[in-house]
Amino acid sequence: MKIMVTVKRVLDYNVKVRVKADRSDVDLANVKMALNPFCEIAVEEAVRLREAGVATEVIVVSIGPKAVQEQIRTALALGADRGIHIETQSSPESLSVAKLLAKVVADEQPGLVILGKQAIDSDNNQTGQMLAALTGLSQGTFASEVKIEGDEALVTREVDGGLQTLGLKLPAIVTTDLRLNEPRYASLPNIMKAKKKPLEVKTPADLGVELRAHTELLSVEPPAERKGGIKVGSVAELVEKLKNEAKVI
Amino acid sequence: MATLIIAEHDNSILKPATLNTVAAAVAIGGDVALLVAGEGCQAVADQAAQVAGVSKVLLADNAAYGHQLAENVAPLVAELAKTAGFDYVLAPATTTGKNLLPRVAALLDVGQLSDIVAVESADTFKRPIYAGNAIATVKSLDAIKVITVRGTAFDPVAAEGGSASVEAVTAVHDAALSRFIGEEVAKSDRPELTSARVIISGGRGMGNGENFALLEKVADKLGAAVGASRAAVDAGFVPNDMQVGQTGKIVAPELYIAVGISGAIQHLAGMKDSKVIVAINKDEEAPIFQVADYGLVADLFEAVPELDSSL
Ligand SMILES: Cc1cc2nc3c(=O)[nH]c(=O)nc-3n(C[C@H](O)[C@H](O)[C@H](O)COP(=O)(O)OP(=O)(O)OC[C@H]3O[C@@H](n4cnc5c(N)ncnc54)[C@H](O)[C@@H]3O)c2cc1C
Ligand SMILES: Nc1ncnc2c1ncn2[C@@H]1O[C@H](COP(=O)(O)O)[C@@H](O)[C@H]1O
Repeated sequence: MKIMVTVKRVLDYNVKVRVKADRSDVDLANVKMALNPFCEIAVEEAVRLREAGVATEVIVVSIGPKAVQEQIRTALALGADRGIHIETQSSPESLSVAKLLAKVVADEQPGLVILGKQAIDSDNNQTGQMLAALTGLSQGTFASEVKIEGDEALVTREVDGGLQTLGLKLPAIVTTDLRLNEPRYASLPNIMKAKKKPLEVKTPADLGVELRAHTELLSVEPPAERKGGIKVGSVAELVEKLKNEAKVI
Repeated sequence: MATLIIAEHDNSILKPATLNTVAAAVAIGGDVALLVAGEGCQAVADQAAQVAGVSKVLLADNAAYGHQLAENVAPLVAELAKTAGFDYVLAPATTTGKNLLPRVAALLDVGQLSDIVAVESADTFKRPIYAGNAIATVKSLDAIKVITVRGTAFDPVAAEGGSASVEAVTAVHDAALSRFIGEEVAKSDRPELTSARVIISGGRGMGNGENFALLEKVADKLGAAVGASRAAVDAGFVPNDMQVGQTGKIVAPELYIAVGISGAIQHLAGMKDSKVIVAINKDEEAPIFQVADYGLVADLFEAVPELDSSL
């Protein structure tokens, strides 16, 4: 079985974003970009399934400007076998991403598609579910464990009340949560090897997909700042303040 | 204008997150209908009918919807949205809502706005991006607007006082793509994190799971829920449903007490709208102190027992 994983290029999670002075968007000039952490977990899971002999090939897909090839190379260095870059001017909205991915699914016929549960820039948490709808496949979102048994994927999901386990008919769409695995680091030899792995570039037109905008970003503003508080010297002072000043206990 | 809201429930109780979502629908305006999709969930429909501001309850009671599998419920919602002419489909931004609604949006060929925190007009909403470090104002260009609602941003409507009609929906969608195998539901007598008035959360500084008993004692005295940072969950101290943050639960209680938590942006994203924040940390440089109203630089193993005995 082939596994398809998707990777998004996002701002590094350690970087604190700033809003542009004209409030048109966040300022991404000269900030460190990285693989979306949830996508890193997706790549790791796919590679482990191949190493365990469950999968035969891991295909990594990213959509966006040429720069996303950097993240595809990272995924290849982490063990994916080949890459597909769908080139667009900017990073499209989730539904558009899902439509493009649905075409790749139709072409490649993977047994399993693993996406991140959420891109840490848009915080959308949509693409996997949308892809499942468009392909008519089963979905296991927020996975903390994935097992392939026969013609099913057994997926344990992190839900608000605890954990839920579903049996998904294969092929299936899975999105990763933080506890699914701990991604490895790419070794230098693997980084070198990744440069020679195949990377195919396509356009939305090649895939026969016409993209349309569903939203318009009107403005972006910084969140309300919290007023700086005080340091208390003792537990007694803390309790006194909470009772008499803040009046919350 | 008409809005369809997916009720959050466990087949017997209507969950409070539904009430915050109704508040968002009321802010949009127009008629509000609640869909109760489940199995043996008549009691939920009865509760839903009482909710202030709701004019109609649609009850889809069928084995196919028992575990609210997205593969089965999404086509039902999409069909209702189209045939009954809803302009908005809303759900709480809970794991259930997040799992279901994008599937509905894609079936309707529309986008989704996730986690809105304000209604600016009939088509324009605010939502946090980048772990809440920026707030985007976004206009939806779609005919049917599919939206998840962040509960902490909307005060709940009253659970009682309404008198909606209940209509049965007989359509059955059973995709037979997935099956429910089991669940491990966390049982606790304490309030739910997302609706608690007080929360005390522990981080990596707690050292192990047993030490969370220190927080539980304080929680019992304050009627508080107990939360955690990702580091505490990853280390196996406590279960995943206790994680507060960008990718866990979003909370905004009256009082949030962070114990042995450094204050990474991903954690702050989940709690910085709390009314009063207390931080107990032995490192006076910890970033959590930048958002704390009251900071106490101390060893938690001394400070927390002392706090417990002084309450
Ligand atoms: C994609 C992604 C998503 C994430 N999502 C979340 C999320 O939803 N929620 C979340 O919380 N994190 C999230 N994180 C992780 C986040 O970046 C931090 O790693 C995490 O919040 C750190 O947890 P912590 O503060 O408990 O641990 P640490 O950062 O290790 O801090 C421990 C603190 O405890 C203090 N301490 C230690 N011992 C004592 C003592 N005896 N007394 C008093 N203080 C003591 C230390 O001084 C320190 O400040 C996410 C990260 C990524 C990459
Ligand atoms: N432009 C993109 N290219 C590749 N994968 C993407 C892209 N956008 C989103 N995804 C995938 O979808 C997941 C969820 O993204 P989102 O729904 O935007 O939060 C991400 O973790 C990625 O795996």
